[in-house]
Amino acid sequence: MIAAADSPSSASSSPWHFFGYFMDHRSEDLGWLWTHAWLSVVPVIVGLLIALPLGWLSRRYGWLYPPMMSITGLLYTIPSIALFVLVPPLLGLSSLDPLQVPIALTVYSVALLVRVVADGLASVPDEVNQAATAIGYTRARRLFTVELPVAVPVIAAGLRVATVSNVSMVAIAGTIGLSNLGQLFQIGKDLSTPTAYYPPIVLGIVLCVLLALVLDSVILLLTRLATPWRRAVAAR
Amino acid sequence: MAKGGGGAMIGQVFSWLTDPAHWRDTALDTGITTQLLAHVRFSLIALGIASAIALPLGLFIGHTRRGTFLVAGANALRALPSVGLLVLLTVMIAPHFHGRTDIGYVIPTEIVLVLLAIPPILSNTYAGVDTVDPAVTDAARGMGMRGRQVLFDVELPCSLPLILSGLRSATLQVIATATIASFVPLGGLGRFIYDGLQQQDYPQMIGGGVLVAALAVTADLLLALLQRVTVSRGISGRFATKGDAPAGPIEGAITRVEVEAG
Amino acid sequence: MIRFEAASKTYPDGTIAVDALDLVAPSGQITVLVGPSGCGKTTSLRMINRMIDATGGRILLDDQDIGKVEPAELRRGIGYVIQHAGLFPHRTIIDNIASVPIMLGRKKKQARADAMELLERVGLDQKFAHRYPVQLSGGQQQRVGVARALAADPPVMLMDEPFSAVDPVVREQLQDEFLRLQGELGKTIVFVTHDIDEAIKLGDQVAVLRVGGRLAQMATPAELLSNPIDDFVANFVGRDRGYRALGFEVVGALPLEPEPTVALSSSFDQAARAAQDGWILVLDDARRPQGWLAVDDGPAPGSEAINPVTLRRGGTVADVDGTYRAVLDAALSSPTGRGVVVDRDGAFAGTINATQVVELIESRGVAS
Repeated sequence: MIAAADSPSSASSSPWHFFGYFMDHRSEDLGWLWTHAWLSVVPVIVGLLIALPLGWLSRRYGWLYPPMMSITGLLYTIPSIALFVLVPPLLGLSSLDPLQVPIALTVYSVALLVRVVADGLASVPDEVNQAATAIGYTRARRLFTVELPVAVPVIAAGLRVATVSNVSMVAIAGTIGLSNLGQLFQIGKDLSTPTAYYPPIVLGIVLCVLLALVLDSVILLLTRLATPWRRAVAAR
Repeated sequence: MAKGGGGAMIGQVFSWLTDPAHWRDTALDTGITTQLLAHVRFSLIALGIASAIALPLGLFIGHTRRGTFLVAGANALRALPSVGLLVLLTVMIAPHFHGRTDIGYVIPTEIVLVLLAIPPILSNTYAGVDTVDPAVTDAARGMGMRGRQVLFDVELPCSLPLILSGLRSATLQVIATATIASFVPLGGLGRFIYDGLQQQDYPQMIGGGVLVAALAVTADLLLALLQRVTVSRGISGRFATKGDAPAGPIEGAITRVEVEAG
Repeated sequence: MIRFEAASKTYPDGTIAVDALDLVAPSGQITVLVGPSGCGKTTSLRMINRMIDATGGRILLDDQDIGKVEPAELRRGIGYVIQHAGLFPHRTIIDNIASVPIMLGRKKKQARADAMELLERVGLDQKFAHRYPVQLSGGQQQRVGVARALAADPPVMLMDEPFSAVDPVVREQLQDEFLRLQGELGKTIVFVTHDIDEAIKLGDQVAVLRVGGRLAQMATPAELLSNPIDDFVANFVGRDRGYRALGFEVVGALPLEPEPTVALSSSFDQAARAAQDGWILVLDDARRPQGWLAVDDGPAPGSEAINPVTLRRGGTVADVDGTYRAVLDAALSSPTGRGVVVDRDGAFAGTINATQVVELIESRGVAS
């Protein structure tokens, strides 16, 4: 896993040498980047699929809202590293099960997105709902063709937060031995005795930030495509 | 390891946590009590410094509407991976300190914690002051309040819910990231997680996770309590008499969409 | 007294908000600034308490140049009421009202006791004292806003569209109570509104401003309605200004018609015999009109007397010194078409019908 540690082939330890370091360990770094990206995205998608019905329910049945928000708030309070190590025993998995991190991250995404979905649905103006009902939409049809589309901007804002914070949390999972960009920090730390060796550390930070920016932009772009009416307003 | 499944593991974690020997310091090991106190100390120092910087700055920016770019800049910090920043600063700073103290690890850790705590406090304080109803500040100035009175008697109490929710976010983030400080390596509750991992002592590792989670939840509850005590009912919308009170608690409307990067 | 002497406000980008305004707001009176949006009325108002500083000319408050008074000090002596009240959301109603007195160093206990009295004075029940602004309706909040401005008993009040954000019915109430309160207090008030009806109703004098911050006309409401100085003012005051003007002009000599009357103590038969077109006006012992009796309604059940229950009190009764509008109202609201006019003691003087009033209005040559 930390094969790179044996071969600090790059002569320079300057922080600016990170690109050279990347070229020297390209296939390994790209593999980690790929895993990192998957681990950042999939839990958010799964989380959204779980959060949609939960958020809708706590909106539909008002009494569900307070307990739902308390539970998700509590889950969101637990530090990620603690949740990583707590998931296996609670679900009866073995420690270091490959599902440990995705499950923990999904829990976070759900915790964040339930509130976002509920608030997003709440942001749909009452007149809009009444108009939809008045022209004969069924409850389900109204949800999928009116309420959810109108709530897209609010939900998308929540997705951006969840995804960007996931990128950082996946890196933390790297410190307890999972293969992703967090490994670069492990390697950098191990290679930095007795003197600092910066390239892998800087590379890790740069790739994490780039990944976060790219994912953020993708969500932003998809939101724009999904809400053409907002662009029309902006252009006027 | 842990072939016995979840149930058996939970029992082992429980006995690890309830063994008094694990709570005391010994010649070889540092006990839970000491690590807990260390964790709380790191966190409080970081929160103190971050508040000392971000609170006045946020109030100033919100009150004068000058320097809003600082808020945007601080928010950009959130995209940085906390663990990468921690390792980077540690390898930069630690070699300059030789000796028996762990000051070479404390300094980079505190810097990272402060950097993480500033954005939520700063942006929430700014947003809190910025969103105070302009009619309210206009009335305050119009009745003859001076700048300082407007800030402390009106803008501050009105923005308290947002400021405190920023502080709560910052606290959670600091407690979470202070756990990772054990990776560099430093004391604190994260010690049990990383030591347990290395020694394949999973009850210890999971016990450490439980302790960190418990600390975070406790801190959040304490701050929620502080919020309840200090925020005027006129703003939180919590009224004993239901009759003519407004529809829902305004507190609930302030969604806490803070990034917990730790 | 507040005196604007060529007061101007020019913004750094060259926009002129107020252009050499000369204006006097006399002590103890309500001076209304009215005009379309962009006419600088709010800017002018805010220049008085230095929320906005004039860039030219000067403003005198009781002969003292306000430019030479420290702004916070100046504002503490001037009541300030704004459109959305701007109550402090974190303070109870009573503490909102007591804000200025406490800031001026008065004892909290005394300030709260005074605030309690003010609460009633502006027409709010004392049960509201310990509630928060968010628990009050817009109209109630506005009353608190007025109470808060009055709390330190300032001689001068500035009011910026204070009643614009509430619904018409509540607005009417607030205006009436405001006039009643001003009758008791006699403050020097500068009042800004965009609503000409409100200006005419409330103002002792009205200043119409035109876009660009220039004074178009300063006059009493009656004069403004009858003699608008130019097309701008005439248009702003509105098409129906002729009718509204009737509310301010005293008719003078009314061509009253005699009307048969009976006393309330008369028998029904006496009344029926005196009736004209089936109606008879019933008076009390002091000859004050009590109402119209319709002969068709018959006597009180089981007696020969006039049944007071069937008397039609109709609309209003006009005074011999009344305005055209009051007389016209009396004629139009009477069930007989004959408006009842009384003398200064309230005793019946005669009747006048709508046609006669309209002739009077037309012969005076203003209504058009």
